[in-house]
Amino acid sequence: MAGTFSFELVSPERVLFSGEATSVVVPASEGEMTILAQHAPLMASLRAGVVTIDGGKRLFVRGGFADVSATGLTLLAEQAVALEDVDADKLAGEIRDAEEDLRDAKSDEARTKAGEKLEALKALMAAVRH
Amino acid sequence: MPSLKDLRNRIASVKATQKITKAMQMVAAAKLRRAQAAAEAARPYASKMEAVLANLASGISGSDAPALLAGNGRDQVHLLVVCTAERGLCGAFNSSIVRLARERINALQAAGKQVKILCVGKKGYEQLKRQYEKLILDVIELRGVKNVGYGEAEPIAQRVIEMFEAGEFDVATLFYSRFRSVIQQIPTAQGLIPAEVPASGGASLATYDYEPGEGEILASLLPRNIAVQIFRALLENAASEQGARMSAMDNATRNAGEMIKKQTQKYNRTRQAMITKELIEIISGAEAL
Repeated sequence: MAGTFSFELVSPERVLFSGEATSVVVPASEGEMTILAQHAPLMASLRAGVVTIDGGKRLFVRGGFADVSATGLTLLAEQAVALEDVDADKLAGEIRDAEEDLRDAKSDEARTKAGEKLEALKALMAAVRH
Repeated sequence: MPSLKDLRNRIASVKATQKITKAMQMVAAAKLRRAQAAAEAARPYASKMEAVLANLASGISGSDAPALLAGNGRDQVHLLVVCTAERGLCGAFNSSIVRLARERINALQAAGKQVKILCVGKKGYEQLKRQYEKLILDVIELRGVKNVGYGEAEPIAQRVIEMFEAGEFDVATLFYSRFRSVIQQIPTAQGLIPAEVPASGGASLATYDYEPGEGEILASLLPRNIAVQIFRALLENAASEQGARMSAMDNATRNAGEMIKKQTQKYNRTRQAMITKELIEIISGAEAL
């Protein structure tokens, strides 16, 4: 039963993971889901969150799509970074900067943008702390 | 007849130029390697995106397709996004992209369509504004950008989409240079809106589950696809530019070498002629005595 399937995590700049996996937890927009081998074809959009591969390696992704087909699972992430590469202190600094940006934002547009950035950073922080 | 000093100066200046072109060639070679690696790293994402899009598009057709996919049904106003380099001295790289764009502009204008141009990169703007200044909407300069990232492509895509939604144009085409090899870069025109979707293979027509809905996914995928296309064009352009510069500078270095050879020969001949002349003068002076 515990078959493996091919899993690829790609961001516009590079391929982050490519290989076989037995289970992948995906942060889909309507809730996390675990993909196992032989999953029915599925297309889901992602929210900011953590992808867990085989219960071990954890990566943070933001925005994108999960595509499950007969050949395996492909994650197209707009932004992706391995959690072990994230520096918590640096991140805390970036969150402070983003909060300042949000306070200083003049137009509605800038405010929305800063808010989005802050939210993404906070989600990343939560993932790191976890 | 130039004097010996003139010749010496000329040789020195050609040698200095040769050193510069040689250095530029080596810098371009190093940059090319990086640009090529970046372009290759981006390929899986773009091709996966295409596959997903093809899959989705085959399910949706006819009137319920979003405008970004199928166009808005008109083709009166065309937007040309012309991506070129920020710097010259790279052979015919910039002019060949501009030539392709110019041909398209002339064809469209002859057909009575309205043309708008969005320039990415300074060099293309400089060449296009001579003829089409009134058509150019804006220039996006990537001067300070060292390595092109997805972050550069996104705002351009956003701008294009905003303009499309405001009804400022009907059809968008992207002009860039595809990187084939160091000596071959192919100027390419690619349809952006409506999206150019490759025909999907029959095997991939599996019934998909969609979460949330098919329409929502397509609606968020299409703008992203435009950003990815632009990103890919920028990367291909970066690699092409360095490739073109490398071969252009290689040529220049070789030409300089040839010139030095010729000038040195001329210098030696002139020097020899002067020595002979002086000797003749001395000997004929001695004979006259």
